[in-house]
Amino acid sequence: MPLIVPRRELTWSEKLYFPAYFGGLAITVRHFLNSLLGRKADKVTMEYPEEKWKVPEGYRGAPTLVSDQDGREKCVGCQLCEFVCPPRAITIHPAPMPENAQHGKIEKYAEKFEINMLRCIYCGLCEEVCPEQAIFLRQDYAFTGYKREDLVHDKKRLLELGGVMPDPIFKWKNK
Amino acid sequence: MAEPAIAEAPKPPALVNLTIDDRPVSVPKGTNVVVAAKKLGIHIPHYCFHEKLTVAGNCRMCLIEMGTPKMSPDRKPVLKPDGSPEIGWIPRPQIGCATTVSEGMAIKTTSKMVEDCRKGVMEFLLINHPLDCPICDQAGECHLQEYSVEYGTGESRFVEKKVHKPKEVELGPRVTLDDERCVMCSRCIRFCQEVAHDDVLGFMDRGSHTTLGCYPGKQLENNYSLNTVDICPVGALTSTDFRFKMRVWFLKETESICTSCSTGCNVLVGSREGVVYRQTPRRNDSVNSDWMCDKGRLDYKWINDGHRLVQPLYRLDASHVRGGPDRPETHVAIEWDSALKACREKLSAARGSLAILASGRCSTEELFLLKSLASAYGARATDIVGRSWDADKILVSADRNPNTNGARLMGLAGEKPGSSIAAIRDGIERGEIHALIVAHECAVKAGIPVSTLQKLKTLIVVDILPGETTLHAHFILPGASHVEKRGTFINGKKRIQRFQQAHPARGLSLPDWEILRHLMPGEQTPAFSSFEGLFKAMCAQTPALNKLTWNGIGDQGADLGNAF
Repeated sequence: MPLIVPRRELTWSEKLYFPAYFGGLAITVRHFLNSLLGRKADKVTMEYPEEKWKVPEGYRGAPTLVSDQDGREKCVGCQLCEFVCPPRAITIHPAPMPENAQHGKIEKYAEKFEINMLRCIYCGLCEEVCPEQAIFLRQDYAFTGYKREDLVHDKKRLLELGGVMPDPIFKWKNK
Repeated sequence: MAEPAIAEAPKPPALVNLTIDDRPVSVPKGTNVVVAAKKLGIHIPHYCFHEKLTVAGNCRMCLIEMGTPKMSPDRKPVLKPDGSPEIGWIPRPQIGCATTVSEGMAIKTTSKMVEDCRKGVMEFLLINHPLDCPICDQAGECHLQEYSVEYGTGESRFVEKKVHKPKEVELGPRVTLDDERCVMCSRCIRFCQEVAHDDVLGFMDRGSHTTLGCYPGKQLENNYSLNTVDICPVGALTSTDFRFKMRVWFLKETESICTSCSTGCNVLVGSREGVVYRQTPRRNDSVNSDWMCDKGRLDYKWINDGHRLVQPLYRLDASHVRGGPDRPETHVAIEWDSALKACREKLSAARGSLAILASGRCSTEELFLLKSLASAYGARATDIVGRSWDADKILVSADRNPNTNGARLMGLAGEKPGSSIAAIRDGIERGEIHALIVAHECAVKAGIPVSTLQKLKTLIVVDILPGETTLHAHFILPGASHVEKRGTFINGKKRIQRFQQAHPARGLSLPDWEILRHLMPGEQTPAFSSFEGLFKAMCAQTPALNKLTWNGIGDQGADLGNAF
C-alpha cells in the first residue's frame, strides 16, 4: 500500500519568502568576502589544469608499458592482455626478435602494441593478467587530441608514459 | 554328408571385459588401457602415446593401478562373499599405454597412488622446463600446461640450476626446435620412422642432457615434417611458418578440406578477423588418418593476398582507357546488379556460342550451377584445367585438383580433364565461340593465348585474384576462396566431403554460387535463394547424389562408391 507523506503547512514567516531569501544571500556574501580577503579556509576551487590533484596510491589511470632498469621493454608480446581486455582496446602484433638484438634471448617481442584510449575502461585486468609485469595502470588520466588517432597510444607513447619499473628477478637473463 | 557351406561372415573381433574405476567396459582384444578408458570417457593423461604410432611407454604419465582376478590353486577365480571375483592388485603402478587389456582385469585411474605418481612425473618433467609460456607458441594447446593444472603440484621443489639446451634450432626448412621444452616423448621420432619413412630424428646424450636432433648431415625436410609439430605434446617443435604469428586461443577453427590435391585431407582452418593463420589436419580415418602434407598445409597464403579482387569490375572501351601507357586503368568498378544484368544480356546474345572453362577447385555446387549455365545458354564446350604431378605413396595424389570428380560427375569435364581446352581455343579462333566464362582459372596459363582471348565478344571471369585473364576480361566478378564459403568436394576416391565458411568474403565479393545463380537467364532463375536450397536442387537433379543430405555427409564425408 502506498504511503502518503502529508505535506506540511508553511508557517506565516515562511509564507513571507523574504527571510529565507536574505538568509541565503548572507551566506553568499560571507563566502564572497572570505575569498576576497584571501582567508585560506575558504579556498575550495582548484585551478585545473594548471594545478592538478595528487592522485592517491593505487590509482588506476591509463595503462602503460614499462621498461626495466637496463632499458629492456618488459613486454614479450604474449597477447594475454589483448585476450582479457573487456572492451578490446588492445591490439598486438607479435614478431620474432631479430637475432642480433640486445635481448635476443627472449626470442619474441611486440612489433606493434596499441591501446585505444577511446575504448579503454581503466579496469586494470591487463595489469593483473600480465605474466611479465610489463603493463601497469599509471597515474595519467587526462588525454586529449584533435583526431581519434591521437588517442590510440602506440608502443612508443606507452613506453614514454610507463617509464622505468625496476625488475627484481631478471628472469630472461639466465634463459 | 557334409553340411552345406555357409558364407562365412567376417569374424567380429573378440571382446574382452574389464572394469575401469568400477565401471564395466568391453573392448576388442589387444586394446590398451588408455584407449579402453577413452571409451568410457575417462581421460588417462599421456604424452608419448599416440593412437596412430607404436607404443614407446617412456613418458610415464599414464601410470595406473592394475589388478587381475585372483586364482585358487585349481585355477578357479576366488570369489568374494557377494559372488564377485576377488582382484589381486599389483602393488606397483603400471603404464596404461603398454598394458593390454585381459579378461576380468580391473583398473584404477583415480586412486591415491595414481594421483601421487602423476604429481611426481609432472614435477620431474618440469624440473628443467624453461617456463617460458609467455613466448611459447604451444601455450593454449600444451599438454604440459593442461596436465600441470589438472594433475601437477603447482609448485617446484627444484632449487638447483636448470640444464640449458639448444634453443631456436632449425631442424629443417619448416620446423624449429626448442630443446629445453622437450619432454623426450619420442612421438616425432616414431612419426618419422613409421609414417613419413624418413628416419632422421633421434635422441643424443643421456639423462637430463638428452637432446633431440637430426642425424648429422641430414635435415627434417620431408613433405610431412610439420605433422611432428602437431603431435608434439609440448612446445618443443614449432612451425617456422606459424611461429610467433598468433596465439592459438584467438584462432577460430573451422572444419575444411585441403585443396592441394584430390586426396581431400580433412583440415581445421585457424583464422582470426578474416586472416588465415594456419591449417592443421583433422582426423578422418577413411582419408588422411591424423596427417597432412606440408605443401597442402602451407597452401593458404593466397587467401590472405593483398591483391584480392574485392568489387565487380567492368572493362572500358579502348577509347575510354585512362592512365598512362605503362599503367593503364582498363577496368572500372560497377554495381553488382548492373554487372550481373549486363552479363546476362551478353550471355543471352551469345546463345549457342558459349564456352565454359571451370576449375577443379570449384565446389560441386558451383560446378552444378556452371553446368546449368551451359545447358541454359547452349554451351559448345566445357572443361576444367587438369593438374597432374607425381603422387607419393603416403597422402599426395597425382591429381592436384580437389574436385576433378565433381566436375566429371556434373559433366563439365571428361575422363581426361583439360582435353577440350584446345577445342575451345580453336572455336574462338574460328569465330564459333563468342563468349567465355572462366571460373577460378587463368585461361592464358591453361593454353588460350591473349590474342585469342581478345577475339571474344564477352569474357566473364569469376575469380579471387587478378591475373593475365582478368586483365582482358570484360567483366570481373569477384568470388570467394574455399574458406569464405560452404560447399563440397568429391575426392579422388569418390568421397564427398563438406567444407565450412570461416569468415565472410572480402569487400564486396560474394560466394561463387550466388554470382552464378544470377547469371542464369531471366526466365530460368533458380527457385532457391539459399545454399541449402542449392544443395537440395543439386542432389535432386543428379542421380548419383539423390540420396544425399547435407547433414548426412557429416564431418567425415560420405562415400559415393559406385554411384557414378
